[in-house]
Amino acid sequence: MADSSLPIPGALEVTSPRYSQAAILQWLNSWVTTVDHKKLGILYTLYAIFFLLVGGVEAMAIRIQLIRPNNTFLSPEVFNRLFTMHGTTMVFLVGMTFIFGFANYLIPLMIGARDMAFPRLNAFSFWVTAFGGLMIYYSFIGGYGLFGDGSAPDVGWFAYAPLTAKAFSRGHSTDFWALSLIVTGFGTVGAAINVIATILCMRCKGMTMMRLPLFAWLNFAVSGLILVTITPLTAAQIMLLVDRYLGGHFFDTQSGGSAMIWMHFFWIFGHPEVYVLVLPAFAIANEIIPVFSRKAIFGYPAMVAASMGIVFISLGVWAHHMFTIGMTSVSNAFFSLSTMLVGIPTGMKIFNWVATMWGGKLRFATPMLFCTAFLFQFLIAGLTGIMLSVVPWNWQLHNSYFVIAHFHYVLVGAIVFCIFAGLYYWYPKVTGRMMNETLGKWHFWLFLIGFHITFDIMHIPGMLGMPRSIYTYEASRGWGTLNMIVSIGGFIQAIAVLLFAFNLVWSYFYGEKAGNDPWDAWTLEWTTASPPPAYNFEDDPVVRSRRPLWDLKHTEDTDWKYE
Amino acid sequence: MVAATSWHEAAGQAVGQGPLARPSIFAPASTPAHSILALSYFVLAITAGIFLTVGGVLAYVIFRYRQRGKDDTEEPPQIYGSTQVEIAWTVVPVLIVVVLFLTTARMIFAIQDAAPPKSALNVTVVGHQYWWEFNYPELGIHAVNELHVPLSSAKDPKPTYLKLLSADVMHSFWVPQLAGKTDLIPNHPNEMWVDPLAPGMYVGQCAQFCGVEHAKMLIRVYVQSPEDFDAWVKNQQQPAVEDDSVAAGRRVYESQACVNCHTIRGTGTTGRFGPDLTHLMSRDTIAAGAVPNTPKNLRAWIENPDTFKSGSLMPAMHLTDEQLDQITAYLSTLK
Repeated sequence: MADSSLPIPGALEVTSPRYSQAAILQWLNSWVTTVDHKKLGILYTLYAIFFLLVGGVEAMAIRIQLIRPNNTFLSPEVFNRLFTMHGTTMVFLVGMTFIFGFANYLIPLMIGARDMAFPRLNAFSFWVTAFGGLMIYYSFIGGYGLFGDGSAPDVGWFAYAPLTAKAFSRGHSTDFWALSLIVTGFGTVGAAINVIATILCMRCKGMTMMRLPLFAWLNFAVSGLILVTITPLTAAQIMLLVDRYLGGHFFDTQSGGSAMIWMHFFWIFGHPEVYVLVLPAFAIANEIIPVFSRKAIFGYPAMVAASMGIVFISLGVWAHHMFTIGMTSVSNAFFSLSTMLVGIPTGMKIFNWVATMWGGKLRFATPMLFCTAFLFQFLIAGLTGIMLSVVPWNWQLHNSYFVIAHFHYVLVGAIVFCIFAGLYYWYPKVTGRMMNETLGKWHFWLFLIGFHITFDIMHIPGMLGMPRSIYTYEASRGWGTLNMIVSIGGFIQAIAVLLFAFNLVWSYFYGEKAGNDPWDAWTLEWTTASPPPAYNFEDDPVVRSRRPLWDLKHTEDTDWKYE
Repeated sequence: MVAATSWHEAAGQAVGQGPLARPSIFAPASTPAHSILALSYFVLAITAGIFLTVGGVLAYVIFRYRQRGKDDTEEPPQIYGSTQVEIAWTVVPVLIVVVLFLTTARMIFAIQDAAPPKSALNVTVVGHQYWWEFNYPELGIHAVNELHVPLSSAKDPKPTYLKLLSADVMHSFWVPQLAGKTDLIPNHPNEMWVDPLAPGMYVGQCAQFCGVEHAKMLIRVYVQSPEDFDAWVKNQQQPAVEDDSVAAGRRVYESQACVNCHTIRGTGTTGRFGPDLTHLMSRDTIAAGAVPNTPKNLRAWIENPDTFKSGSLMPAMHLTDEQLDQITAYLSTLK
């Protein structure tokens, strides 16, 4: 047994009642010491959901402050901390951990393996990541009380130099920001290496790379991207700490350093990071859309190629965050083109999904509802992305609420919608019970309506000149009504997420029993019991096509005839 | 002003705004802003076309292929792909990107590489936490938070070229109706230009997060007829006028820490850390556009800057009521 094989000393022979102290300790011990990929996947996911709620509360505080002009709900200092922590939390503690939650749980099951390649590294990665998350939130307490002024980070999640220099950011808040993210970076890199090694080395018999479920393919691509991009981020954060404590002059403009070096380092990480987050969302859609359309994915090789295309192009677009810093016109033109090019593979993906649905029998259960909304929203997000790649328009809209609306369309409209889809889809596999479908539909429609009220409207104040990161504005600017609508949409989304959280807990105890394969799906994880036993498979599976369960169910018309 | 023509301007008026306070990118008043808007309409048309096409197909698929009747267990025909179709929907986006990119590139070069004509006015902009300094090197004058520029026209082009510097952290100069934004970066001078074609006052603000009071770092740009602009310049070139009736207030200014940060020409004070106060009363607002410049606001500001701008770097000076009255009276004479 991988996990809970060593019960705590003294409790070994005791047959204790269900809620005795010893039983609880043993249960806790089994989670803390586990190296089982499924338990770690659940831990990652719960951690991500927890911080999703925390980041959501921060977002709500921000929206209350902006609901009307000259509001004094938050002080400027607190507002700046909250928007910094909201961004940092959602990117590093929510997005990155959801990826590994899904990847850890599903990849070994999908490729017919018994665990990840390095189970102990896997546990290490999770706990290091968890420690990093706790550390950055500790800064709220650690700032004023014990270690001098500063409190939580307040320099934006992008932490542009030289605002982070000692001269402008006193106290320890910026140190907390840099150190915590370095620490979560260790975990992220460890997990990425594990995913790559697992996919390369642990596939069952017959599972060639071109029979890999697209979910695994995309996570493979993402993990490679993580290895390339976490490096410059960590380097930049170490350079920042060297600046702050050892008198380095990398970004310290008052000693001749350069603010632009930070931007290059940060965005060489930060832009591909968007794809690090969105490709796993695509990965989820790639599993759900075919199953609920009852059709094979259209153009599997093209989907793989498009994903790899996105990975490579994404490494050459970082400076589109820097069109306003006075680069040469040739550089601006180059990064404009490279950014527009991303539209081609992402466009291919949307076309392939639509083609998969074409001629199918679409079943709109909750996971499919979320994926369908994702398709529309990702289309819009992509189109506003193209708009922003048009450099002169970017000069107008950069750092405005138009950009905020655009990237929330990606991060919420695409990524969060897919994550919800994935949670509804695989919940029965993980818990053995279905999530409540009625609550799920309420969640979906409320979240959809709230999302569109918030982020459709949010484009407009940007075009009317409202910059990001401002804690208040004058009534005469004409942004008041728009901001109020945006905030109301935010609250509707919050209610929807609370419904979801309730559903998650309620269904665990009272949900309908799921069985092994409630969605009539095709990948290997659905051949196991729900929840799957330790070590997943009694016998190593053997596959002959991309849809092993389709082959089992349709012996007269198997997939391998067409591959 | 450019006439209100588009939907979002109507939206702006619906919430009760005058034309001047709405810094909409759809109400351009300067050559670069006009060019950008024209390009924007082109891009909007293309993206709207793509949205209607792809979104339309998607909507069709959803309604056409929605499963009806639960007992139907037969699977639909399986289609694994089609090379021809996939090539087609790759080539079309490539062509769209080519067209879009060539249009964009031409506009980048047209705006960014436009050489200043001889008639251009030069202004050096310095961003500070959290206010703006505008130096006119050829005119020997200096303005704060409110930039005055001459009106330009096709017959008599008078574009203003801005050299952008920063005294501390990164800032960004953004007046949407006049031009796109450009960042002010320490140790890295930048340039941009405006060519204002309609007189009026245009609002903008810092667009790069620069610290606690980033939100209250507003810009007002006054586009004036050449005569009005010249009159303004003449006034700014004068040093502060000595007025015996407010000598007490002047002594307060000169004897307190004010002089470490502020300059009033004619008094021998040369502080550079805070705004130049020589022509304080020629400005419509104080605290970088936070409040109207009235004696009452001025007095409240000196008493405690936190009243309007809690993260301002100006400290409360702990003056007595009498000193506050005296210094407010003195500052009120600085036209």
